[in-house]
Amino acid sequence: MTTDSLAPVAPSRVFTAILLRDLTVARRELPYFLVRTALQPILFVIVFGFLLPKMGMIPHGYSTTMLPGVVALSLTLSAIQSVALPMMQDFGYTKEIEDRLLSPVPTYLVAVEKVFSGVLQGVVAALFVLPVARLIMGPIPGLSFGNAPLLLAVTVLGGAAFSAMGLYLGTGIAPPQIGLMFSVIVAPMIMFGCTYYPWAGLVHVPVMKWLVLINPMVYVSEGMRAALTPAQPHMPTAFILIALVVLTALFMWMGLKAFDKRAMS
Amino acid sequence: MNAIETRALRKVYPAPAVKKRRGAPPAPPSTGIVAIDSLDLSVADGEFFGVLGPNGAGKTTLIGILTTRVRITAGEALVAGVSVANAPAAVRRRIGVVPQRPNPDRSLSVIENLVFHATYFGIARAEATRRGHELLERLGIADKASAKVDQLSGGQQQRLMIARALTHDPRVIFLDEPTVGLDPQARLSLWEILRELHGQGRTIVMSTHYMEEADQLCDRLAIIDQGKLLALDTPAALKAQAPGDTVVEVMFDDDASVAADVARTMDGVSKAEARGPLLRVFSKRGGELIPALIDAGEANGRTVRDIHLSRPSLETLFITLTGRKLT
Repeated sequence: MTTDSLAPVAPSRVFTAILLRDLTVARRELPYFLVRTALQPILFVIVFGFLLPKMGMIPHGYSTTMLPGVVALSLTLSAIQSVALPMMQDFGYTKEIEDRLLSPVPTYLVAVEKVFSGVLQGVVAALFVLPVARLIMGPIPGLSFGNAPLLLAVTVLGGAAFSAMGLYLGTGIAPPQIGLMFSVIVAPMIMFGCTYYPWAGLVHVPVMKWLVLINPMVYVSEGMRAALTPAQPHMPTAFILIALVVLTALFMWMGLKAFDKRAMS
Repeated sequence: MNAIETRALRKVYPAPAVKKRRGAPPAPPSTGIVAIDSLDLSVADGEFFGVLGPNGAGKTTLIGILTTRVRITAGEALVAGVSVANAPAAVRRRIGVVPQRPNPDRSLSVIENLVFHATYFGIARAEATRRGHELLERLGIADKASAKVDQLSGGQQQRLMIARALTHDPRVIFLDEPTVGLDPQARLSLWEILRELHGQGRTIVMSTHYMEEADQLCDRLAIIDQGKLLALDTPAALKAQAPGDTVVEVMFDDDASVAADVARTMDGVSKAEARGPLLRVFSKRGGELIPALIDAGEANGRTVRDIHLSRPSLETLFITLTGRKLT
């Protein structure tokens, strides 16, 4: 064999190879992936965006409030799951990740790659749900795609924050508590994440208005509102972007620490 | 240059956290669990080196340290001249690892497992594919190339792990109890593969708790227990060190210490000890002693549950050194 087995390998090359592995697997599982991530938001769209307005129980304009929230929901759920689930599996029982932990790069790169691939999967989920939701709900007053750079920034930053959160949840939580993670962390995050109502609406319950600010979901929902339905009330754009950057950095730090603890004993 | 060098190597795992009870006095500061204790080893290039020890001896921790997956508490470890603590990525470049339990990438097919793994080491895809097929051929699982990993038997998965460990042409190969859980036939054919790899001049470090395996395959053996090196030599030299005594073990239904006292007075007994209900007697007289030992127990109201006889061998040396059996 001709390769010089002593020459170091460029980390970028290893990173790309591991990313390619994840993309190969993701492409194969795409139908399941889309069902897994899009089903819940689409069910909400059918009930709240189509059935209830048809019955006259919800005003038609509600779809304008709801659409950005639903896109935010698919983005964050798929980003969390695409990192947390494989981490739990690989570290908890199958140990499959060990072949990547033995690759000739610093171990943290393996975690960074996983977060990167989580962002990509979140973007795909958001891109998929947006037209489907539009299709079910019919014309949405005030929907605009003029804000593409902001939409891109919110999608990527939101995906990054939640992939990094998935890294932390997937490595920092003991396997027996995984069920709890979804009911105790993810479910409240969705319900209090300004997904189904704008943050400005919480003015009627001032305590909640301030309390929900610790919920990272709020910034993705409001960011989507700012990007997709800019005429609707939403948080200041700069505040949203700064919050998402800070959250990404925080979760990344927590996630890498927890990952390192699992990868090295 | 030695393939492996450890100096005063030490690994202490933090003790499991003890739940504090309200009102209870604060627990004394815990010292942790010592898995490896002041271990000095050197393995020459091209050597087939065995690490022998019972469960919990520190074998897996030692392999974990040398394969950069376990942090060192103190001391130093070099693999192919590179420090595992200071340059883990460079060490990983030089080693192949076959884990205790096969951990193939189950989302990928057999050949993809090899191809992707090779690309993690910077090998171009075409070359990786060529190597992958060549390795599957050599390990006798070429017909499984496009199979899902789950369709492989335990022995075939273990071969896949060996093929994976070889894709990047490492200088040192680590195998952590590679034959645990394999049927005898798969074990023998794995031995053949390991002999062939050794024949190619690669350094092989293998942990095992099977005496026979260590005896058959290894150039040199380290016997470790509780993280300490107890003996290190060729299998032949170790066997020569084994006391000329046969070990007779009689398991009673209750404490055997009175029987041990009696046994010590018997002719030709060099050592007798009781470990709970287990009476262990070292003697050149071997099986001849059994009736007298049974009598000694029964006179004391004990009933015999089991009898075991070990002739002078690595096994008896091991019992002498550690006071424990291997398996």
